[in-house]
Amino acid sequence: MNRLSSFNVVSLTFGFAFLYLPMLILVIYSFNKSKLVTVWAGFSTKWYGELLNNEAFLDAAWVTLKVAVISSSIATVLGTMAAYTLVRGGRFFGRTLFSGMIYAPLVMPEVITGLSLLLLFIGVGMDRGVMTIVLAHTTFSMCFVSVVVSSRLATFDRSLEEAALDLGASPFQAFRLITLPIIAPAVVSGWLLAFTLSLDDLVIASFATGPSATTLPMKIWSSVRLGVSPEINALSSILIGLVASGVVIASLASKRNSVRLRFEERTAERL
Amino acid sequence: MVETVFEPWADPNADPLISFKNVTKRFGDFVAIDDLTLDIFEREFFALLGPSGCGKTTMMRMLAGFENPTSGSMSLSGHDIAGIPPNKRAVNMMFQSYALFPHLSVWENIAFGLRRDGVARDVLHARVEEMLKLTRLEKFGRRKPHQISGGQRQRVALARSLAKAPKLLLLDEPLGALDKKLRQETQFELMDIQEQTGTTFVIVTHDQEEAMTVASRVAVMDEGRIIQVATPEKIYEAPNSVYVADFIGDVNILTGPIKAVGADTYSLDFGGTEPMTAASDRTFAEGVTAHLAIRPEKIGIHAERPEGPNSVQGKVLDIAYLGNLSTYHVQLPNGQIIKAQTANTRRVSRRAFTWEDPVWVSWSATAGVLLDR
Repeated sequence: MNRLSSFNVVSLTFGFAFLYLPMLILVIYSFNKSKLVTVWAGFSTKWYGELLNNEAFLDAAWVTLKVAVISSSIATVLGTMAAYTLVRGGRFFGRTLFSGMIYAPLVMPEVITGLSLLLLFIGVGMDRGVMTIVLAHTTFSMCFVSVVVSSRLATFDRSLEEAALDLGASPFQAFRLITLPIIAPAVVSGWLLAFTLSLDDLVIASFATGPSATTLPMKIWSSVRLGVSPEINALSSILIGLVASGVVIASLASKRNSVRLRFEERTAERL
Repeated sequence: MVETVFEPWADPNADPLISFKNVTKRFGDFVAIDDLTLDIFEREFFALLGPSGCGKTTMMRMLAGFENPTSGSMSLSGHDIAGIPPNKRAVNMMFQSYALFPHLSVWENIAFGLRRDGVARDVLHARVEEMLKLTRLEKFGRRKPHQISGGQRQRVALARSLAKAPKLLLLDEPLGALDKKLRQETQFELMDIQEQTGTTFVIVTHDQEEAMTVASRVAVMDEGRIIQVATPEKIYEAPNSVYVADFIGDVNILTGPIKAVGADTYSLDFGGTEPMTAASDRTFAEGVTAHLAIRPEKIGIHAERPEGPNSVQGKVLDIAYLGNLSTYHVQLPNGQIIKAQTANTRRVSRRAFTWEDPVWVSWSATAGVLLDR
């Protein structure tokens, strides 16, 4: 293995410091005994305890989770359908336009997406609350799902579907029994992406919500405006922990899978 | 005992299993199949042979139902099949990439088609086991496709496409991914399986040796048209054009004006020292330009001028040693190179000719085929 040059070491250090120093400080201060965020007064876990008794935070966490699960599930179904049609549908009128349009929300400023959704909800006279946040999140996250799924479909061997048709499967059966199981990992990553996007969205949720529903990012934002409390630090540390362990588990699982696959392919020739 | 020869194509009363009538297929401006008419009969092992882009794969995809002809009609057992989707045809296909379902076991891959037909459990079990036995895969039923070797994958693909006992099995370059030794073994396996099951096979290939080995008839295609359909022997010994003669095996072509010198005998002046004599039962007009196609193995190579009509002197330019055979490239005084092939019945060190040797090459009047195109 090559040793890193001193230039590499320096750039690595700076890069990672940039990325992780803020989070590290946040996690450290979540164990601060003092009520003042910037003054260290010894180690304590009391803020984690207080957090569990804070009804408002727990409510907001519950709303966020509900919104994230529902909206990412709907977005996954819609996004997968859109990707399938755009990649597999053959040539139809306006296909290029549609493929372009599905990517537009990726680059649309969130403020504009949020505002236009708000105008729509008011226009059709919808009561704003959990329901409208779900709709709003579905809208902006389904294009992410569709990007992930369509890139997988683009490398998918078309003859697998043809083989299924040839063996007597209807086009829907071919999709359900062959295509879907094979692209499942991409669909799952699409769902996870949509879930994460929904979890940490502040801007669009603020536009789409009404007085009845508050998501966790909104709650954190509004309480920070009254001054940062160590409780927020504790909450953020929990979120960081959850996300980090999710990422680690997912990458370990996929690494293990690919190692096993390669091993089995290598040994197959000899058996 | 009189053995009846299998040649339904020679019987004018035989009903074809597949019949193409004036089929044309266009992709935009590109003509993939050009006004093609062809009959294929039951129990045939039919090979579509041609270079890539000649339309052979398009023909197969039309038979499977993935493409529809732009014009003309296609029928299977007398029924028009144009417009019938692939899942409703009694035709199965073995894909070039095998297209095995990676998430299903070998057993489930083979059972897939039967399950779609709602076959009863015990019948399905028996059929899958039968297919595994036919393709010698009994031990591998539980494996996934990535856990078996390339040759085994090829057999799974075959078993899967045969499981539904189709009237017609299409094989798209079925042996392309195998190495040469395995390919030759598998060719004979394919022929055995075809005989055992009595299924009609249509194979697409660009490998002429493969087509010659397995097929009862071969169709040589070029640019969307069929140039010749005949048994392998006829294709090789009596090609109908320079294209076919050149595509199948090695051939020497002598070109020049001809004139009749007797009944069914012509003399061809290819620009050598003297004209060549060739027999042909076809009639050629006086003075037209014709091509004489002679296979290298039908050309003798001698140190002295042999008796007989067609002898030319030249010198050995190159010797291609192939182990069992050697091909001598002999250059004639007019610059043309004639390939003559001899079996190496002696050890190399004792062979009669070497580079730059003056030699005589000769062939009989019936050794070559006289062609007008």
